[in-house]
Amino acid sequence: MSSIPDELSYTKEHEWVAGLDDGLTVTVGVTAFAAEQLGDVVFVQVPEVGTNVEAGDAVGEVESTKSVSDIYAPVGGEIVETNQAVVDDPSLVNSDPYGEGWLFRVRVEGEPEDLLSAAEYTTLTSGES
Amino acid sequence: MSRSTPLREVHESLGATLTDFAGWQMPLRYGSESAEHNAVRTAAGLFDLSHMGEIHVTGPQAGEALDYALVGHLSVLEPGRARYTMIVTEDGGVLDDLIVYRLAPEDFLVVANASNYARVAQELAERAKPYDARVEDRSDAYALIAIQGPNSTAILGRLTDADLDGLKYYAGLPGEVAGFEVLLARTGYTGEDGFELFVRPEDAVPLWNALSEAGADLGLRPCGLSARDTLRLEAGMPLYGNELTAEMTPFDAGLGRIVKFDKPGDFVGKAALSGRPAPDRRLVGLVARGRRVPRHGYPVTREGEVVGEVTSGAPSQTLGKPIAMAYVSADALEKGGLTVDIRGSQEPVDVVDLPFYRRSK
Repeated sequence: MSSIPDELSYTKEHEWVAGLDDGLTVTVGVTAFAAEQLGDVVFVQVPEVGTNVEAGDAVGEVESTKSVSDIYAPVGGEIVETNQAVVDDPSLVNSDPYGEGWLFRVRVEGEPEDLLSAAEYTTLTSGES
Repeated sequence: MSRSTPLREVHESLGATLTDFAGWQMPLRYGSESAEHNAVRTAAGLFDLSHMGEIHVTGPQAGEALDYALVGHLSVLEPGRARYTMIVTEDGGVLDDLIVYRLAPEDFLVVANASNYARVAQELAERAKPYDARVEDRSDAYALIAIQGPNSTAILGRLTDADLDGLKYYAGLPGEVAGFEVLLARTGYTGEDGFELFVRPEDAVPLWNALSEAGADLGLRPCGLSARDTLRLEAGMPLYGNELTAEMTPFDAGLGRIVKFDKPGDFVGKAALSGRPAPDRRLVGLVARGRRVPRHGYPVTREGEVVGEVTSGAPSQTLGKPIAMAYVSADALEKGGLTVDIRGSQEPVDVVDLPFYRRSK
């Protein structure tokens, strides 16, 4: 069973969102569950800083040995920072999905919708694994 | 409901991610598939291949029956040796690629892919009817374990008195490993030296455990289908369903040399294959210049026009770049400047000779 930290919010697309409570800038990554499903991640494409995105937009890619998945913006806003370390070393998504493997930060505009709590995400993933 | 091999519980206890493959629950990977891939290139890997099909063809005319049923010349195969061959339709389309072992003068073992062996067994039975030969699907009588990689001889040598040095590539003989009766074959699908062990299903778990223990200090790791796929891709080996389909002939896949027109008598597909026009497209290797991976089904393009299709693609551990096999029109190959349409963006690729990787002897 992969870890699902309580303090984070989640999406149905297996991304996590940190920092919602502060209301300004959130950090986004893929969950440990997603990383395990993907296998070894070999390529990460993050959005460009300064891009304005809407919730649900495909903004990047995570590619593993066997498959490729889109990364979606979980909230609308402006991309203010991306993680160059994970672009240089995509295996960080596997080794530390909630830490060093973060993907990008968004300055949130408007109210985030449809995010899941840790408990809700646990229910979602227990049906899929 | 998909089937399980005798090693299912072993895989689960090793923490394998299981996947459905051709109706079987098979290990996709145990941990990192890259580490598994690298273990086979540098040390050794252990594979469960029990989903493969085993069909015995026996009798005084078993060799002649196979000469008629397959594209190869099997009746001249020496006992103890094996051949890579194919079964094709009357039209010359590939039904499966096979390894045929001659176990004894009147006993051949045909190893077929999991997705095809029921069809192969049925076709063989039909085609063998005029001959004094018997075709029997004995897939349930075998588990199949492969040990592959430069350390595989040393590991296996700890468990058997069999003459491993005398066992040539594409040879197979009955033997004993860790006290279990096996058919010991020097074959594989990884581009490395290695062995495949056909064993009774009830012996599969203890044999697997004995091999695991014997290889523990020699870098042996269990490997799943994900590593198997990237290993065979680097070695330029075709996979049925990707490079080989019923719409293609052995010549399309660049494997015309295995079609033995000069063997005596007729064989299924002979007329179609001998009258065929030269293929207007070729199976080639592609190396991507960027980091995005060309994958199965992606169009190969040139100046915006589709000129081919990727059949298999993956990030290559050994080359450090994405690689792919693709069918590309001969015309476009001559002109060069190829790209692959990776989800809408035209990514440049270089054409290379297959295989991508060849082990140093």
